[in-house]
Amino acid sequence: MSVNEETRAIRRRTWRDIDLRAVAPFAALVLLLILGAIVNPNFIGITNLANVATRSAFIAIIAVGATFVISSGDLDLSVGSMVAFVASLMILFMNSGVIADPALMLTAAVLFTVIAGALCGLANGLITTVGRIEPFIATLGTMGIYRGLTTWLSQGGAITLREPELQEMYRPAYFGSILGMPVPIAVILAVTGVAAFILYRTRYGRHVVAVGSNSDVARYSGIPVNRVRTIAFVIQGLCVAIAVLLYVPRLGSTSATTGILWELQAITAVVVGGTALKGGAGRVWGTICGAFILELVGNIMLLSNFISEYLIGAIQGAIIIIAMLVQRSLVRKS
Amino acid sequence: MDSEAVDAGAVVLSARRISKSFSGVQVLFSVNFDLRAGEIHALMGENGAGKSTLVKILSGFEQPTSGEIILDGNPVKLPPNGAAEALGIVIIHQELNLAEHLTVTESLFLGREVTRFGVLDRKYMRSEARRVLDLLGSHVDENALISTLSIADKQMVEIAKAISRDARVVFMDEPTAVLSREETNFLFRQVRKLRDQGTSFVFVSHKLDEVMELTDRVTVLRDGQWIKTSPTSILDGESIAQLMVGRELSKLYPAKREPNVDEEIMLSVDALSTGYVREASFEVRKGEILGFSGMIGSGRTELMEAVAGLRSRASGEVIIRGEAVPSGDVHAANRRGLAYMTKDRKSKGLLLNSRMTANLTLQSLEKHGKLGYLSPASEASALERARRRFDIRVRDGNVVAGRMSGGNQQKLLLAKVMETEPEIIIIDEPTRGIDVGTKQQIYHFISALARDGRAIIVVSSEMPEVIGLCTRVAVMREGRIVGMLEGEEISEQEIMRYAAGLKKKAVA
Repeated sequence: MSVNEETRAIRRRTWRDIDLRAVAPFAALVLLLILGAIVNPNFIGITNLANVATRSAFIAIIAVGATFVISSGDLDLSVGSMVAFVASLMILFMNSGVIADPALMLTAAVLFTVIAGALCGLANGLITTVGRIEPFIATLGTMGIYRGLTTWLSQGGAITLREPELQEMYRPAYFGSILGMPVPIAVILAVTGVAAFILYRTRYGRHVVAVGSNSDVARYSGIPVNRVRTIAFVIQGLCVAIAVLLYVPRLGSTSATTGILWELQAITAVVVGGTALKGGAGRVWGTICGAFILELVGNIMLLSNFISEYLIGAIQGAIIIIAMLVQRSLVRKS
Repeated sequence: MDSEAVDAGAVVLSARRISKSFSGVQVLFSVNFDLRAGEIHALMGENGAGKSTLVKILSGFEQPTSGEIILDGNPVKLPPNGAAEALGIVIIHQELNLAEHLTVTESLFLGREVTRFGVLDRKYMRSEARRVLDLLGSHVDENALISTLSIADKQMVEIAKAISRDARVVFMDEPTAVLSREETNFLFRQVRKLRDQGTSFVFVSHKLDEVMELTDRVTVLRDGQWIKTSPTSILDGESIAQLMVGRELSKLYPAKREPNVDEEIMLSVDALSTGYVREASFEVRKGEILGFSGMIGSGRTELMEAVAGLRSRASGEVIIRGEAVPSGDVHAANRRGLAYMTKDRKSKGLLLNSRMTANLTLQSLEKHGKLGYLSPASEASALERARRRFDIRVRDGNVVAGRMSGGNQQKLLLAKVMETEPEIIIIDEPTRGIDVGTKQQIYHFISALARDGRAIIVVSSEMPEVIGLCTRVAVMREGRIVGMLEGEEISEQEIMRYAAGLKKKAVA
């Protein structure tokens, strides 16, 4: 047995210094870019690509949080509803007019949103760990709760930011740019950079991977397993809050249908990016790549004339299946 | 040993000049192997000697690079992936292959269910299952769920499965690793009975005494080469060990060294109880190696997990260097310098999909950076140190733990625990499933740690290990410490007397 194992190790070194699974999503991205350029020359233009990247921001940022939750072996289905709920709270807070000065109000609203997101995540984490409920079921429950509360807050209609001065001041958070880069893209890069640092270069990140790959080993190594899992849910909540901070200035309004099915898109992005759904391996940059691929496919379909854009959902569904098949074949080869 | 069994039966299965390479690296070199009808043949060798590869080739799970396999005198190409079962060749894996939610009968007939008019003939299958189990003298209920059976009974079901498929050749890969002594004895009785009816067994094991007790012939492999095949009766444990290692085994156990009676008491456990463990009390001094012996299920692991804070205790106190530690708090115990090394390295000790570094530093990450940041350079140098200190031999430093040999995994686990710089180390089954050479190394590591002034507790089901290493031995039975042996008292018979409940004494 062991000779077998060690010879396999040798083979790995000779032809597999790079991890194919980590590279695969980026290879797929390059292929898509080439395909897009063939379909429509306008596609490869910097304006179009920047647009695509900007539109992918919500899913990308939420998916970064989902990478933590999934790496630690859990799952959060409530993120779509959480976006709607937190965004509604934020707008209601700003509409309440408790603070007169718009700049001060905006700062307070941002803080409020971040705290609200973190608390929503904390609730998920505590229900899962302290309540010992399967994360799938626990977040299925909170998914309904957050969605229901949003519907109740909006009384079935929309919640709109009323203060024009506030709206004007907040607009650049989505439509503006930093150093020639649209703000949402800058935010994606910043969030991903911080997340990658946490996941790969800190003690907490190592704990996340250990818990996700084998929680018994983690427990016997003295890692506080439940705390690690709960914090992952809180990180997910923070990412949702950041996505909300970009979402609110875009339309200035939310409704009961905001963020529907975003949880599935986020999970798709994570899995397409090479993170194992059963936990134990997180790839933050892959996740961003996955979110970008999802948006890019839709864009290519819009620009091409031979596939109906109404098929976008079906194509995205197919992508997740193909991604899993590719991942598995790469695992076999290794 | 029965004399008729040693009488040469006809050769059933043999390997002729089998060689095997994995992507250019040769692991078997022109190996010959004969298995006669009605014999129990031990296949021995250190980890990495090629035993498992040979077993896989002889059962069709791998194809040889060159050489031939002869079944009943005819060269054959064995069908892959277990299809060789149809030819009567069966492997009983170390990790049992039974679905927990099926009944015994359903397991026996899995994949070849008997039907009448297209409907399962459950009555017939039940009676047939009973018949096979009776044949083995097993009392397992044919309607019981697999999940309710003990490991020994599960093994019995696996054997029944092999029999009911008319197996003529049965490979057993370390079947006794998880069995208690009585369970092992029972298994051996059944194996001998089947042998006498003409079934052939290949027995892969690291336990020399069991090989001496059970087998008719022994084949030793070393570094992928055939070394010797000989009747077991003309060998002894020492000579087999020498053949396996290829060098004179210097003393397996290092010299014992008793701590001074006035050495500091590092760990003191007072009347500790959990759900199963009752009122356990003991002390360990600086520089001492205290052994814990007893049957499987006597509560040793549960007690140690409670001491280490991995499990909460119902009552009692754990005092580390004069300070009481709260119940169920791993961190408190760790901080005061107590570390527990699990016996279950594959599912509780190591992240099998992670590399050595991530495993090594998992328990001691705070040493490798500030404010949660991890320094790769600091981790790499820790790995370098650990590889040298514990002689972890891998050809590729990036190999994932799951691909390392058992011996190297065990050394890595020991290194991981030692990274926390503990003063008190509880080692549960220090040498489970590893070869003699590595065992010897681990014994020397343990002894060196004690000489450095650490207090060590060794929990082991292998009596020679406890006897060879420890200056005091506690014996547990049914959740209680029933005996504490010292000096001359430490012997296999004496431990057995306490473990089996024949003798009991109040332990202070």
